[in-house]
Amino acid sequence: MRFLLLGLGLVVWVGPTVRRSDAQDTSAIDRGVRIGIVYQPGVRPGLVVLPGRPAGLDSARAMLMRDLDYSDRFELITLPAGDSLRVGAAALGTAPPARGAPARGRTGGAPAAGPNYPLYLALGADFIVDVRAAGDTAVVDLHDVAAGALRRAFPARLPAPGAAGFRMAVHRLADQVLQATLGAPGMAATRVGFVKDGKVYVIDQDGADMHLVSSTDRQAMSPAWAPDARRLAYMEFWQGHGQLFVQDLGNGERTAVATTGRALDFTPAFSPDGKTLAFSRATEEGTDVYTVNAKDNCCLQRLTVGRFSDNLSPAYSPDGQRIAFVSTRSGLPQIYVMAADGTDQQLFAPFDYGVTGASNAPEWSPDGQSVAFHRDVAGTLQVFVLDVRTRTVRQLTSVGRNEDPTWAPDSRHLAFVSDRSGYRQLWIIDLDTGRIRPLLQQSGARLPAWSPRLPETAATNP
Amino acid sequence: MKRLTLLALAVVAGAVTAAACGGPKPPPQAPTPQPNADSAAAAERARQDSMDAANRAAQAAEAERARRQQEADAAAGAQRTTEEVRAMLAAMIHFDYDKAVLRGDDVGTLDQKVATLQANPNLRIRISGHCDERGSDEYNLALGNRRATAAKQYLVSHGIDAGRIETTSYGEERPLAQGHDESAWAQNRRDEFEIISGGDALKKP
Repeated sequence: MRFLLLGLGLVVWVGPTVRRSDAQDTSAIDRGVRIGIVYQPGVRPGLVVLPGRPAGLDSARAMLMRDLDYSDRFELITLPAGDSLRVGAAALGTAPPARGAPARGRTGGAPAAGPNYPLYLALGADFIVDVRAAGDTAVVDLHDVAAGALRRAFPARLPAPGAAGFRMAVHRLADQVLQATLGAPGMAATRVGFVKDGKVYVIDQDGADMHLVSSTDRQAMSPAWAPDARRLAYMEFWQGHGQLFVQDLGNGERTAVATTGRALDFTPAFSPDGKTLAFSRATEEGTDVYTVNAKDNCCLQRLTVGRFSDNLSPAYSPDGQRIAFVSTRSGLPQIYVMAADGTDQQLFAPFDYGVTGASNAPEWSPDGQSVAFHRDVAGTLQVFVLDVRTRTVRQLTSVGRNEDPTWAPDSRHLAFVSDRSGYRQLWIIDLDTGRIRPLLQQSGARLPAWSPRLPETAATNP
Repeated sequence: MKRLTLLALAVVAGAVTAAACGGPKPPPQAPTPQPNADSAAAAERARQDSMDAANRAAQAAEAERARRQQEADAAAGAQRTTEEVRAMLAAMIHFDYDKAVLRGDDVGTLDQKVATLQANPNLRIRISGHCDERGSDEYNLALGNRRATAAKQYLVSHGIDAGRIETTSYGEERPLAQGHDESAWAQNRRDEFEIISGGDALKKP
């Protein structure tokens, strides 16, 4: 608790937000294209994060509130300033039943006085989230308003705000709250890799804590996460060649990928078991998809033989059985699919020959149901989603140029590059609500890669 | 002792004076240095020799200077030639949007490179393909690779050993023109030619 109070002066990062009224990407629909997003306001459960008590957990509370907001699964209810609504339930004689046991250990006991459930019910809240301190442990209480009871308490020994691990520990609490309220896995404890000014960076999904990953003196491209979310693969230009690296983000050590760096090797992609790294290799024969054994750093295999076409940008299905990729075998680049061993190559995303524009940058959703990609529509790029089962595509975006989509681990958010604000930067769209927010307000960021959920570390477990 | 010496000197001096004045003989003429004919000639020769030597030295220096100048001129000329050939080699070729097909107006540029590579058998080059910003970032690496390969195939089909030419692609990662219009895009859709080795002294084709 003491160290939490010390961090009181920490500036709370207030993320750029987009008003819901213009958050939908549904303007400027043309040529009869249906934009596949229907936003239904008011159907999401209401959630309120109680204000200040005690003040020392302000930054954790602000982050938690933002994470829950960014999950796009709740109607966040904003209370008027101050504690005027914090009327103790005990005063009304409706003490909360001790139904919800603390999640872990005994550090997080029930709060002394529960919130005024009838009042929050009247405000439209289904859930109340309260952040409090119990000794040296922060406790997030989750109240079920309809039941009038504490549903769960999540104790967490948070590092001091600003210290390593603090942000991810809070992000994990947000994911735990989401799991406990809706049974849905969250995406708060994730990061996004991207390229800016020829360097690879990573940033938290809420737009904070940006770090340089690649070297300062080489041009880098195409970050791709390992399934353990600890390592990042990317490409650097070396003497006219493309060298692939796998870098441990924990200690910064990086390993050159075997056999790469003697040709132009690019677009690395890990298999879901982390054992194989697929990539594109450009030679005088053209560009083709290869794999290497990422575990033993050996054993090159060639999956496509393009001859007069290019095959590139491999993306594994989450079961590791198939690879979506780009091929120019029918002229313009389009999205194809093959078995992970290179057999059974076939068209994946349907297109009208001579009409549909070039399609590129496929990425398989973590739930396996969709493949996001971008397609040239009348000279500009737009993000599309392919339904894997029905093999139908729908267009997600229509404002400005939108490209290089990458899935959040919840399979409902996509990060992508858009110039809708006048310059190219990273945005995040929620496919269910159509809400769009900028990930970071910096020009020139591109080629995003959303991480899997970050592994827990001992430091954040009480 | 001192006085004694002085006295002795005086006596001797007197005796000498007396003897000198005592004879009628004309005083011997002071020997005027008679230039000896031989030595005069030798001196003249020496003078002439030294002048000749000086002249020869000057001439030699002059010749040396001229020779150096010539060499320098030649080196500068060779340097100029090398620069010219390098500039010729570096001339870029350009492509249509999303195409890797050589354009007719670039054939002359490529023929010049064929001739240059033939005249300089030790020369090795790298061709890098580039794209404009409109296509997909990663696809552009494949497209740039096609563009570089197209130029290489032309050179090889005109007799240049394939082993002397490397190819690579930078996609849209290294734009030449920073604008966002057709003029910038047209400049950026290009092949660049750089010397890997053997480019120190180049001959004109």
